[in-house]
Amino acid sequence: MNYIGIDIGSTASKVCILREGADPVFEVLPTGWNSKITAGIIKDNLLEVLGTLEDSKVVATGYGRISVEYADKVITEITCHGRGGYEMAGCDCTIIDVGGQDTKYIQAVNGKAVDFLMNDKCAAGTGKFIEVMANRLGLTIDELFELAKVGKPIPISSLCTVFAESEVINYMGEGKSKEDLAAGVVDSVALKVATLVQRKTLAPTVIITGGLSANDFFAERLSEKLGKIVLPMKDGRFAGAYGAALLAKEKL
Amino acid sequence: MADNQKMWAELGMNLEMHDMLCEVLPGAVGDVFMSQENRPEKMDFFDMVLADVHGIRPAELVEFKKTGGKVFGTFCAYVPDEVIFAAGGIATGLCAGSQFWVPGGERYLPANTCPLIKAMLGARFDKTCPFYRTADMYIGESTCDGKKKAYEILGTDVPLHVMDLPQMKRPVDMEKWAYEIKELIKVVEAETGNKVTEENLAEWIKKINAKRATLQRLYNTRKAAKAPISGTDTLLVSQIAYYDDPERFTQMVNILCDELEQRVADGVDVAPGAKRILISGTPMAIPNWKMHNIIETSGGIVVCEETCTGTRYFEGMVDETGTTLDEMVQNIADRYMGINCACFTPNTGRFDDVIRLAKEYNVDGVIDINLKFCQTYDIEGYTLEQKLNEAGIKVLGIETDYTDNDAQQIKTRVEAFIETLE
Repeated sequence: MNYIGIDIGSTASKVCILREGADPVFEVLPTGWNSKITAGIIKDNLLEVLGTLEDSKVVATGYGRISVEYADKVITEITCHGRGGYEMAGCDCTIIDVGGQDTKYIQAVNGKAVDFLMNDKCAAGTGKFIEVMANRLGLTIDELFELAKVGKPIPISSLCTVFAESEVINYMGEGKSKEDLAAGVVDSVALKVATLVQRKTLAPTVIITGGLSANDFFAERLSEKLGKIVLPMKDGRFAGAYGAALLAKEKL
Repeated sequence: MADNQKMWAELGMNLEMHDMLCEVLPGAVGDVFMSQENRPEKMDFFDMVLADVHGIRPAELVEFKKTGGKVFGTFCAYVPDEVIFAAGGIATGLCAGSQFWVPGGERYLPANTCPLIKAMLGARFDKTCPFYRTADMYIGESTCDGKKKAYEILGTDVPLHVMDLPQMKRPVDMEKWAYEIKELIKVVEAETGNKVTEENLAEWIKKINAKRATLQRLYNTRKAAKAPISGTDTLLVSQIAYYDDPERFTQMVNILCDELEQRVADGVDVAPGAKRILISGTPMAIPNWKMHNIIETSGGIVVCEETCTGTRYFEGMVDETGTTLDEMVQNIADRYMGINCACFTPNTGRFDDVIRLAKEYNVDGVIDINLKFCQTYDIEGYTLEQKLNEAGIKVLGIETDYTDNDAQQIKTRVEAFIETLE
């Protein structure tokens, strides 16, 4: 039996295949504009690898979860991140998921999400903020992080991505350096994420999942803001898909 | 319906714009109410009232006015209906629960005002609600700063009396509220030309108490392990409570309760396997069914509302033993001051209420709902969450408005919350 987790996120779609006695296999592709089409592409890829889905159990998650018509069960990304993050951390933990359109705090105990918090309808403090600012600075996201490492953060105080963009434009007009602005952008996201999760209790182990999970520099900045070590996760972006696959095995 | 058009025209309504509102209602009702399975048959009365929400009751009010009767529009659970009916007037809630009215209100109000207040002004100034047109006078109350200041704008277009609600609950405040009720008596007496007497006030204290008792009876059926009625249906009943004729309403709710009690005896369950949810927070004026609909299509069943369209409206009776007008007024004041709104400080009574209701209704979790920009409930939400955590009760906080643009994000949170309850 194969257990498959599919996490259709706002920016990227992640797939995890679990097979008896084998390491999990992860795959990622852009979600694009239509999650039904993305779900179809994932199905074709799965059929290519597995031949058939008949001896597979599929759990879908993420904001596009209802588009995966061949899923046996649909579970929210919060429960899936809780399960997958717990497995990656190897113990009870707090999971901070910085996604494309939202940021989540999840408290995972025995693999189960017992408490969670999400940012409200606002892109500041999410991956989207970094994407918008990188575009504005004419950088790729990787370049932005490289420059941020050597910059001295300029405070960006706006709580709104659109207003923050205006703030950055003003700084550009003043001739501030790209390095300092890039550092300011990363710092701003770290601060907003820290402010959100500090409303809740943090477990002794705190990990990052989502698109920024493998970014050591972001983890450092966030650790600094929280006054607590936050662990980056190499495959953290797959936590949702991994959790979905594990839940397919355990619940179906 | 042709009669309705004539009535609306005579009420000076903006018919073209009102038609747009009428067009969306049947679809919304179908999606929210008719899609539910195994509904109680006796919801038929409330369905009918809803289907002709701007026809049946306004027509009665118009007839009443033809005989010289006066109609008072109210906005809040603190305004005592007893006094208005005792003076021979009719009190009717003015709802303000639709996004349809929000842009109209935004012409007058800052963007960071709650949608309820925006809709209140929009409904009046856009001339698209017959209740707002029929009322001879509005009775406001100084609950929050937003409403207080908005009444000043509203009062330029319609006679409006504001009751000054105390913000603390010391003995001096109870006396103060009794004074405010006496002031209201003077206002309604002047408007109606009728006196409030010991006889008619005693009569209406009993009648409004009977209405509260029947709502409590309705809520008691929801304490059963198998839910005999959905939260969405009960919310509609609570919303209609604000504007229907109180005696007829009491009678119709009692008929519904007969059926529900039989359902409880027969073990009928409208939502098998669903998680039991207590909603706390801001009022849900008609036609705001957003959160109930989301919760009840995400694996939950709402079994109680600690809101102004819930327990805050009917819990606690006015003591009926008063014999003089002064005693009766003080008894009315004491009952209304027992309502725990976030506009008071401190408001620890509300935390006790939510914890008590969570136990009484044996809920799996609490969803605390805050209308966007309702500062008092929003700030209080922090402490409420702490208190519930201490009591070992799970809670999810949601902030939202009347639009549908956040429905999917909220659905994700509600589904995830329900998953954590398993």
